Amino acid sequence: MTTTVEQSSQKPEAGQQPGEASPTPPGLRERVSSFLMSHVRQSGMVVALAAIVLLFQVWTGGILLKPLNVTNIVQQNGYILVLAIGMVVVIISGHIDLSVGSIAGFIGAMSGVLMVRNDMPWLLAVGLCVGIGALIGAWQGFWIAYVGIPSFIVTLGGMLVFRGATQYLLEGQSIAPMPHGLEQVSSGFLPEMGTNAVYHWPTVILGAVIMVAAVVVQIRRRRSQLRYGQEVSATPLFVAKCAAIVAALAVFTLLLASYRGVPIVGIILVVLTLIYAFVMRNTVLGRQVYAVGGNSAAARLSGIRNQRVTLLVFVNMGVLAAIAGLLFAARLNSATPQAGINFELEAIAAAFIGGASSSGGVGTVFGAIVGGLVLGVLNNGMSIMGIGSDVQQVIKGLVLLAAVGFDVYNKRKGGR
Amino acid sequence: MRGITKEFPGVTALSEVDLTVKAGAIHAICGENGAGKSTLMKVLSGVYPHGDYSGDILFDGHACEFKDIRASERAGIAIIHQELALVPYLSIAENVFLGNEQSRFGVIGWDQTLIEAQALLDRVGLRESPQTRVADIGVGKQQLVEIAKALSKKVRLLILDEPTAALNDSDSRHLLDLIVDLREHGITSIIISHKLNEVMHVADTITILRDGRTIETIAVNDDLAEDRIVRGMVGRDLTHRFPPRADREIGDIAFSVSNWTVLHPIDQHRKVVDDVSLNVRAGEIVGIAGLMGAGRTELAMSVFGRTYGKYVSGKVFKGDREISTRTVSDAIRNGVAYATEDRKHLGLNLMDSIAQSITLPSLRKISRRGVVNQHEEAGVGERFRASMRIKASSVSAVTGKLSGGNQQKVVLSKWLFTDPDVLILDEPTRGIDVGAKYEIYTIINELAARGKAVLVISSELPELLGICDRIYTLSQGRLTGEVAQADATQETLMRHMMKGRA
Repeated sequence: MTTTVEQSSQKPEAGQQPGEASPTPPGLRERVSSFLMSHVRQSGMVVALAAIVLLFQVWTGGILLKPLNVTNIVQQNGYILVLAIGMVVVIISGHIDLSVGSIAGFIGAMSGVLMVRNDMPWLLAVGLCVGIGALIGAWQGFWIAYVGIPSFIVTLGGMLVFRGATQYLLEGQSIAPMPHGLEQVSSGFLPEMGTNAVYHWPTVILGAVIMVAAVVVQIRRRRSQLRYGQEVSATPLFVAKCAAIVAALAVFTLLLASYRGVPIVGIILVVLTLIYAFVMRNTVLGRQVYAVGGNSAAARLSGIRNQRVTLLVFVNMGVLAAIAGLLFAARLNSATPQAGINFELEAIAAAFIGGASSSGGVGTVFGAIVGGLVLGVLNNGMSIMGIGSDVQQVIKGLVLLAAVGFDVYNKRKGGR
Repeated sequence: MRGITKEFPGVTALSEVDLTVKAGAIHAICGENGAGKSTLMKVLSGVYPHGDYSGDILFDGHACEFKDIRASERAGIAIIHQELALVPYLSIAENVFLGNEQSRFGVIGWDQTLIEAQALLDRVGLRESPQTRVADIGVGKQQLVEIAKALSKKVRLLILDEPTAALNDSDSRHLLDLIVDLREHGITSIIISHKLNEVMHVADTITILRDGRTIETIAVNDDLAEDRIVRGMVGRDLTHRFPPRADREIGDIAFSVSNWTVLHPIDQHRKVVDDVSLNVRAGEIVGIAGLMGAGRTELAMSVFGRTYGKYVSGKVFKGDREISTRTVSDAIRNGVAYATEDRKHLGLNLMDSIAQSITLPSLRKISRRGVVNQHEEAGVGERFRASMRIKASSVSAVTGKLSGGNQQKVVLSKWLFTDPDVLILDEPTRGIDVGAKYEIYTIINELAARGKAVLVISSELPELLGICDRIYTLSQGRLTGEVAQADATQETLMRHMMKGRA
């Protein structure tokens, strides 16, 4: 039995909890390690992506990072990454969407019918297609949000409905070729300027602008964090982080610039990523999506209109699925009945590899992009090495399992 | 248990804790939230396996090294957690023998299962058919099913973690009687409880834990005063369990509900709230008392954005002006706030940080054109962390890791930031330790002193008597009484609360 001597010597305040007592200021080393600990989930996948890139760079004898191949990776994965952005939002809101592949196929078919069979100007047709995507999303979102049917079921139905509709529209045949304008969206590049030098100058300039912007954003964020008296990472860490960002961007820019410049898909992708990352992080709407996914009852009792948020999430998914469908049709330069098969699975895998949680409320757009790139690099690298698609699927499946397993393990270690 | 030490990353939850429980006794463990009671019991029952902690466990004189719960169950130790571990859609009998099926070669013997289950139910005094689904019986009865389940495993040491927290008075009494009865049959019990009167009533011995240490072990006898235990728990004298009533200016009627009627969402012949009219003045704290099922929470939730019930009718006024509280956003816009009874499931998104939780209902306030100013958000979080004395390493700490008292302070902050005139607080101190309760009461007092109208729903009568100016009683959905603080005693309130009951 413990004596009561301690009792008189220490008089904790009412409600004081062990471990929540006033923290002593941590030293630099502790701060570095706590920084790494708290960012392990975020940065884990970035490190994994870097490792995978390095591995395949070696295994493919340097082909992976050849300018032509980097361009290829961007163009091959654009549509999956667009879907992944929408999918991670759906998953954060606590739902799932199995129909996006079929919707993408359906929109691709629709674009073929409009542009080729009916000679509609391609830009007009694109606008119409995106609108149809939004309508499809609203249709599914209505059943999910307002009628209360689980999204798994609604979108499983949608998967069948729109696959069938695709085949019906195309009468089982492909439509080709697509208009030149659309085709360029997928396989075109930022136009050349001036003399034909070693590097594609517009790309270099664009890259430099992005580098400067990224550093400025980082510095401004840190400044205002300091101004509001929040904790920031130690200065050397901050400098290292900025340097890493600049270095990665520089390598990427030069790689693209030494081939034909930035592919248009790449620009679309970067713009979409930035917009969605901003919306999810910094806007009221984004915050509401996290709240609804994290605890929908609490969100409702906080005055959030859950049903409207859910509807919007699915409308958005429909729009992005339409964009993905258009990109895919442009890339194949044809609308085919098979387009979009299994896209939903790749997008879902990308979101989960990127750290989203199947129970909702957790995930980031950036994570989903990294997850999508992990899959994309794996695909590409293994194809270069001549590994058959059978083995490729097995490996991708195991990577998904390992990534989510790592996440669960981390959470368990950090929890309680 | 000797010298038990258990560490979590960054926190020492238990340090050198000793606990000696005599066979055939009822031993209570008291302590504030976070004192280490539940952790200690999890060590004892093998939830934390041997090797995860240091120290020795001796049971019947043998050293035990449980590697999981099954191992401790085999030794005769069973734990009943605060959150019950029953499968709602299985029958009582199936639940009793879950993981311990009465079977031969993997085939379940249903006759034997039902007969044995019936015998166990008789023993715990539960008059229900063993084939009833667990979802169809109340929490009190579910608790008894848990005990029956423990008995089926030939338990010799029963651990109950806050067994009466969710029970009404009569269910609690039945449960405590049962534990006393089990003692007569040689079953030792360890009870963790916040309810000191219950502890004093049934326990033979009390061990007090504080900050992960054993403070003292006291034998219960007639001379032992509750204050003595409270003193041990918080390490200081709590002469006043309630803050003094400040001289508050009580103004005009600020908020009133008239002829409020709510039907049950499924069984639409039942009026859950029946023609209730009540009012609160500015600067006044008004209590709503009632037994379980009296319709208190249902009343509050139906008023707050129709979040409960069907065919709600009645009017809500602020001053003389009728307001709409049809949706939660309407209610918030009209200056009404409702802090839910269930913090974890309805009050907070446990994945969110403190700052994000506080700003959730009022994101528009800190955003421009839909873009949230996260620095301002952190500033708001800091402000409330300081003013509400929320104990956390920073405002970006996740609410799921806070103690109950601190979670409740986050919930209160969240509603205060909506700048309400009327606050409805549903069980504001449930599951919170004594010290934190005092702080919550102080906050409630301050709010009233600032001219807010406060409605407090509570199951603890002393709490209502201690902080309210006026108390309404509800029974079976009807308003049965209105008592001024000066005239109120537990007895008068209880009489009103029982009105119209068979």
